Amino acid sequence: MTALTMDHRIAASARMQKKRLFAFGIPALIFVYLAYIFISFDVAGLYHRADIDNARTLVADSYSYKTHVARDNRSGEVSVAIEGERKGTYPEGSSPDWVTLGDETVVDLGAGHIVTYAGTQVSYDIPGYGLVTADPGRNGVQAEFPAGELPEWINASKNRVTITTEAGRLTITRNRTEVLRYFTGWELFFFTLDSPFHGKGLGEMIGLAFSSDRVVEGKSNIAAMVDQFLNNKMWQHASVFWAIFETILMAFLGTFGAAIISLPLAFMAAKNFTPLRSVRFGFRRVFDFLRGVDGLIWTIILSRAFGPGPLTGALAILLTDTGSFGKMFSEALENVDKKQIEGVASTGAKPLQRYRFGVIPQLTPVLLSQVLYYLESNTRSATIIGAITGGGIGLLLTQAMVTQKDWEEVSYYIILILLMVMMMDWLSGILRRKLIKGDGGGH
Amino acid sequence: MPYPMYLPAENSGDNKMVDQSAGGIMPTAAIRGAYLAQNRRKRLYGGVLLVFFVALMAGGFDLADARNAGGFWNGITHVFDFPAEVLGEAAGKLHELPAHFVTFLPALIETVNIAGASTLVGAMMALVFSLLATRGLALWPRAIPLFRRLMDVMRAVPEIVIALVLIFILGGGPVPAMIAIAFHTAGALGKLFSEVNENVDLKPVDGLASVGGNWSQRMLFGVVPQVAPNYLSYMLLRFEINIRASAILGFVGAGGIGYELKNAMSWGQGKYDEAAAIFLLLFATIVVVDQASGVIRNRLSATEVH
Repeated sequence: MTALTMDHRIAASARMQKKRLFAFGIPALIFVYLAYIFISFDVAGLYHRADIDNARTLVADSYSYKTHVARDNRSGEVSVAIEGERKGTYPEGSSPDWVTLGDETVVDLGAGHIVTYAGTQVSYDIPGYGLVTADPGRNGVQAEFPAGELPEWINASKNRVTITTEAGRLTITRNRTEVLRYFTGWELFFFTLDSPFHGKGLGEMIGLAFSSDRVVEGKSNIAAMVDQFLNNKMWQHASVFWAIFETILMAFLGTFGAAIISLPLAFMAAKNFTPLRSVRFGFRRVFDFLRGVDGLIWTIILSRAFGPGPLTGALAILLTDTGSFGKMFSEALENVDKKQIEGVASTGAKPLQRYRFGVIPQLTPVLLSQVLYYLESNTRSATIIGAITGGGIGLLLTQAMVTQKDWEEVSYYIILILLMVMMMDWLSGILRRKLIKGDGGGH
Repeated sequence: MPYPMYLPAENSGDNKMVDQSAGGIMPTAAIRGAYLAQNRRKRLYGGVLLVFFVALMAGGFDLADARNAGGFWNGITHVFDFPAEVLGEAAGKLHELPAHFVTFLPALIETVNIAGASTLVGAMMALVFSLLATRGLALWPRAIPLFRRLMDVMRAVPEIVIALVLIFILGGGPVPAMIAIAFHTAGALGKLFSEVNENVDLKPVDGLASVGGNWSQRMLFGVVPQVAPNYLSYMLLRFEINIRASAILGFVGAGGIGYELKNAMSWGQGKYDEAAAIFLLLFATIVVVDQASGVIRNRLSATEVH
């Protein structure tokens, strides 16, 4: 008996030892792996490679914009442009209320900062520092500063002076004087400057919407507003919304196309419907192949044949998911309840009718909920595939990123993508819950 | 029909009226009529839905076809041109393939490492988030909805969005891809983990609480051992997905085999043997990982039953 207890004790302590090894070994392994990753990805060197200026522009640009007030020092012409772009230029002779045009152009940067262009001369009254004047011309900028050493936010040389304050930035060169003022928000998001609706408040807009005075000839005010908004030159809402639609279309066509194609194929790969082993094996390998080649390679191959566009993305999703669905559907088919099929068969149904009335009703809720789940995840894939093959919102996003200056547009697209995916998630969730509920009543 | 039937209670109002007039018993003909009408209605709805769906698919296809640079019917005959070209070139330089495999092995390892590290980091984040978002386990029960929404948002972010932004700041390489995939993984696994957490037996947690264990000790020693097999199985599934994701992100500039593939493709004709080698490596890796993870997951779910 003592020998038996000893045996138990030895066995028990061996098990404890094994467990202890597991409990300490796994975290140690994870730690070692992460340390290896840390070294092989050169995470330590990241600090040097990272471009903090890029990060700063990105963050600042995504929630603010700047208005440029520039003067050509040779012709004396003054122009006011949002983001310095042609699309955002104020028409000749008009300006925002903080810029006074005339013989003397006065730019009020707020908080007491005043920049004045008078003739060729420029003066900048900086509160708490003093007056900076300059007379740019052929002999250089000729700037004069208050007495004392130059602060570090003024960068001055013979031909170029840059003054950066919290109110804005003044750059003077021989040929050009430019002052920037920063504003929070997205510039001209609803209407551009040339639109008759620009600068109108919400109340005014609602009033206009119900008024019978035509702002644009021959168009109702609401139609004109929608038109002006969608064709906003700065943001191009119409093409952005279209790109979102295109992305959803890719996901929709790909997912449901794959479901339609893989359903009949799945019968050929299920044990209880295809007794021939070699056929089953063949179809299973086809599914594995479609899945294994993966969306990336399919996208590359298909874009060679079909060119860039939403159809290519849809077909790439379709091919990959035919593999995934084929595998899942055939597994679901193997778990089908035989009694229903026998019941249908006993009424003299032919094979096709047996499948239609004995098998499909059992499977529909399961399959549809899987398909709907994929629809949501494919919306995300379609964004990525669009970036590679050139279609939908993915393309717009990469294009906006490549220019490296329209970060407000990038953040706009990111927000729209998030909303799109969350909406698809919500929609597919609702439909799935409905199906599961309907399942209980249906049988 | 041999005998009259009682109408089921949940039937519609007008049938109840018949019910009353017939003194609780319904004539067979009426039942038949009602059943057939219901059947017809069901079939009609089904038919309308089907027609709507078919129209949607056909319309969508037409639209996508019109928006595509090359048409579908034009392209379908050329689908095999590119694979044939690549395979043809590779077949001509078969003896060079092993050398290419060796050349691209480091890139492949990088891709697998991106997937592995992001799965691991994402799973660790998911563990914490999911515990904080499970009723009965959460450290701050009031913050449960907050953590749930946080996971929803993380799940909704496509990897490419974060990867592109990080590439701009951090420069190309594996780290942006890893962070991007880990972020999405944390959200996706967090949701699955919190579903597992709901079924946890609270006795060990209570026991640890009674001996004065703090929250992290209760979770680590009371919950994690119970959920570990399920977690592991979900992590393996995620690893399969993340390998594909890390290959795709490489293609947009985040290093690994995807980046090599993009380069090999851009060299164009005459260099497709390298592309073929990368295709084969990637395909083999995905298949091997899928199969291995399938085997392990089956074993995990088999031990689960006992």
